[in-house]
Amino acid sequence: MTEADIKKIVLDIVADIAPDEDLSNVKPDINLREQLNLDSMDFLDIVMELRKKHGIEVPEAEYPKLASLDSCANYLLPKFKEKGM
Amino acid sequence: MRQGFWRAVLGAQTVDNGGGFLIYLSDILFFRMDNLPRIVITGVGLTAPNGNNIAEFRANLLAGKANIREIDVRYMGKHPAGICDFEATKYQTRRELRTSTRAGSIGIYCAHEAIADSGIDWENFDKARVGVYVGITEHGNVETENEIFNISQFGNDTKYWTHHHNPRTVANNPAGEITINLGITGPHYTIGAACAAGNAGLIQAAQMLMLGETDFAIAGGTSESPNTFGIFAGFKNQTALAHHKCPNKASRPFDKARNGIVISEGGCLYTVERLDDARRRGAKILAEIVGWHINSDASNAVLPNPVRQAECMRAALKKAGIRPQDVDLVSTHATGTGKGDVQEIIAMRDVFANCPHTFVNNTKGFIGHCMGAAGTLELAGNLGSFDDNLVHPCINIDELDPECAIDGLVIGAPRKADKIEYILNNSFGMLGINSTLIVKKFS
Repeated sequence: MTEADIKKIVLDIVADIAPDEDLSNVKPDINLREQLNLDSMDFLDIVMELRKKHGIEVPEAEYPKLASLDSCANYLLPKFKEKGM
Repeated sequence: MRQGFWRAVLGAQTVDNGGGFLIYLSDILFFRMDNLPRIVITGVGLTAPNGNNIAEFRANLLAGKANIREIDVRYMGKHPAGICDFEATKYQTRRELRTSTRAGSIGIYCAHEAIADSGIDWENFDKARVGVYVGITEHGNVETENEIFNISQFGNDTKYWTHHHNPRTVANNPAGEITINLGITGPHYTIGAACAAGNAGLIQAAQMLMLGETDFAIAGGTSESPNTFGIFAGFKNQTALAHHKCPNKASRPFDKARNGIVISEGGCLYTVERLDDARRRGAKILAEIVGWHINSDASNAVLPNPVRQAECMRAALKKAGIRPQDVDLVSTHATGTGKGDVQEIIAMRDVFANCPHTFVNNTKGFIGHCMGAAGTLELAGNLGSFDDNLVHPCINIDELDPECAIDGLVIGAPRKADKIEYILNNSFGMLGINSTLIVKKFS
């Protein structure tokens, strides 16, 4: 599992949540909600899908760490590795 | 008469003496709408199992074309149902559809189509003066069942329960989704009135327009019921769920071999306005709403009461200021259950005993029971009669049940009337709620 793998996992989830969005040019260092049409309920869907599909728990206090693809990768990589992935 | 209406609307605070109370009750029962703002239908948007607009729907009713299919019902296997195939992405993005309810999506489609049909300058219309009133038989069962199934895949751990549950299941959902989609900032709510709900939505719109609460209304009913197994299981265990080897023959009101209800989805919303406003903007007028009534059986949760149904029809006729023999067409509610159909015909025979020129039909043989949308869809299917004087038939009556026989019942093929000026539309529902709506050809 690499940071690139994490970014792909997050983008795949976003593709399901926002199927009308063009995800080909998402900038990894920019807040996802600033560059995509995502509201707070959509953001909660990202949290839910990480839980359902990958068994990854994100405590509410740490939601800001999912703001961009880069921050997602930094935050989630250790969690995936803890699970042996 | 107008004073009587306002007393009825304002209620007990206007009852200033004991003797007056009876007078006011009399006003409620006998006021005519002559001196109130006249209310008209100026647009219609619909989706039914056999049509996604009024022209297609009407053509299929006149051609005798039903569209019922077998669907897989969770835990229950295959059952006949009416499913709509409208283009959901016409007015919603795929992202919006992911979180929308089916009832909301049906409502959004119908609202857009109705507004377009009305020809109103929607872009420049004050959205704060628009009201949305959507009749529903039930709402939230589909979404709740889906989530219960979802968490069952995760050991029933509620941390997997969707955060979309509450906005999807609040009772105002289908109406609220319409306002969000269309930017309407006037009032919105649903009318929970079992299968009388479609008529009730229209009645609410007319009343709010009369009161001046809104200047333009989007009203009618929606249903997403085929997506809940609970309604199938409930009717099956009540011995009221239709079955037939041929799905298109499963819904057969008034037939001797009828065996229950075909559950269907659908929607039909009208744009409703005061006549003066509609005339001012040069709108085409599909019909004038001239009378209505809603009452309660107060007798049984599931068995209809023909005495109260007859009272409901008579009260609507009174408000319209017409006699039973003035009604050219009665659109019945009959759903295909053993007892319900007979009860309605008992009421009909009572009210329309000496009406040799009154035609009677039923739409559920074509589309099943569209629940909250039934009343407004069935009305829409008959509005074309004002133009072509044709009465669409009942279908699937291979052998008319003698207990359901009534003069004027149109079976198998359309009938040509000399004129269609008044249509009386009945919709009845569980817990004993009856609704009658009377519309008149506008001239």
